[in-house]
Amino acid sequence: MNALVVAAQEIRVGMRNRWVLATTVLMAALALSLALLGSAPTGTVKADPLAVVVVSLASLTIFLVPLIALLLSFDAIVGEQERGTLMLLLSYPVARWQVVVGKALGQIAILAVATVVGYGAAAAALWLKAGIGAQAWSAYAAMVATSIMLGASFVSMGCLASTLVHERATAAGLAVGVWLFFVLIYDTALLGILVADQGRVIGKPVLDSLLLLNPADVYRLFNMTASESVSVYSGMAGPGDPAALPAPVFLAVLGAWIVVPLALAILAFRRRPL
Amino acid sequence: MTRIAEWSSVTKRYRGVTAVEQVSLGLEAGQVTALVGHNGAGKTTLIKLLLGLIRPSEGSVRISGIDPAGNRGAEARRAIGFLPESVAFHGAMTGHELMAFYARLKGEPDGRNAELLERVGIAHAANRRVATYSKGMRQRLGIAQTLIGDPRLMLFDEPTSGLDPASRTEVYRMIDTLRGSGATVLISTHALAEVEDRVDRAAIMHGGRLLAAGTLDELRRGVVADVRIHLSVRPCATARLLAQLPAEARCAGRSDAALTLDVAPGAKMAVLRAIAQAGELVEDVEMTAPGLQELYDRLVGAAGDPQ
Repeated sequence: MNALVVAAQEIRVGMRNRWVLATTVLMAALALSLALLGSAPTGTVKADPLAVVVVSLASLTIFLVPLIALLLSFDAIVGEQERGTLMLLLSYPVARWQVVVGKALGQIAILAVATVVGYGAAAAALWLKAGIGAQAWSAYAAMVATSIMLGASFVSMGCLASTLVHERATAAGLAVGVWLFFVLIYDTALLGILVADQGRVIGKPVLDSLLLLNPADVYRLFNMTASESVSVYSGMAGPGDPAALPAPVFLAVLGAWIVVPLALAILAFRRRPL
Repeated sequence: MTRIAEWSSVTKRYRGVTAVEQVSLGLEAGQVTALVGHNGAGKTTLIKLLLGLIRPSEGSVRISGIDPAGNRGAEARRAIGFLPESVAFHGAMTGHELMAFYARLKGEPDGRNAELLERVGIAHAANRRVATYSKGMRQRLGIAQTLIGDPRLMLFDEPTSGLDPASRTEVYRMIDTLRGSGATVLISTHALAEVEDRVDRAAIMHGGRLLAAGTLDELRRGVVADVRIHLSVRPCATARLLAQLPAEARCAGRSDAALTLDVAPGAKMAVLRAIAQAGELVEDVEMTAPGLQELYDRLVGAAGDPQ
């Protein structure tokens, strides 16, 4: 119950300092520009425009949503401590796990609103065009839902960073590091290793599990392969069949990427001296 | 009398630094207690222990029998109002919104918030952002949030530090009102003279140890502080008078027409009788009992410098 009170306050603060507005506008602007301009390549080819948009939006999401999530969450705990409001908050009948969960819930809600409204605007713009298959719509909905999950996993990691360090600047640096690692470095490093390895040690099962160790890759695999009409455009189709795992596995792994860092954040916060 | 809160043989160490050592202290229901000491004496550590924000390294802390750092800690904190030293709020929110938030956290209806803001005198600013508040106004908001839900125990950590004299008076006036209403209050402070008349008991901390605790009278007796007697004397009679007084009266200052004596409490009556015998040599007598400041200085002086 008190976790929800903390979450509601987090949302109120987010609305007050324009975080909600700014992220929603940013997501909507990018989604709309992709939806309206991005469908140009399909030209007169009989291609499903929504499927093309799902592919391009998903690629955008992988860069943007983790960044927004980390920016929202990195000062959740350490920021309160630096402002001097943490001690007063904890003097209330609220448990530490409720503070962490409440903050994360509030930030995920802010992100969810921005995603649903932003990507929903793009969907509405596309809806005005004809020729959109039902399968593509469900892929779009799944893309929006998993975008929120991806954001939630990075909110979790941001909260963890926020409970581990003692200065806001360090938490910010850690958040940037997390973003660089999972969004930019991980795949490149993996590719480099694969090239060097030449398939001697790292077989397909190992590669699959290595990809599951990065929420951004889990998100990518889910959205690029989940629907047949989408996988055609994402370049993930064909004999390679890069990830043979069923969709529920991806969702479960993404869920774990939300729960585990948050649980660690609670543990760290409980042991944190004030 | 019932004990609302209690520290029993509490020691708290932070990575080798001992913040509080073997402190046993209780807060009696309906009393105002001053927690007195220098910066770094361990006052805030004691308050954090009571709030369950930190756990004691040794000993135990209880609020109405509940361990505040344990599983039922939230229950214990529900009965506490706390004003941190240099209280801060989220500047983007208004006073009214913050009060609503804190009331919800305590599970209290927020219908009384307007009345509480009125009581501390910032009702006119309730719908302004806290970032626009002066320090005195923030402190008042801080006091208003301690009053939510009529807590049984109120903790004020340095409630007047950094305030101008007018705001200080106002803060003390509110604490006096609380005292009148029978609340249990703990005030940590180093402004001894300011709290002297408004507390029932004082606990003196120094270097993490509790030097003394009790009512001011008990403290005076325990410290055996001297009573100071000021005499107005007939001109040029000081020496004659001194000769007539018993040896227990130590001269602390003299001039042609005045004499100041320090007398141990046990010898007070003997000295007063001797003064009465001196007849017309003495024109006026004035006696002062040592205040909290003198008691504190004496106790801390005896304890020596902390490590």
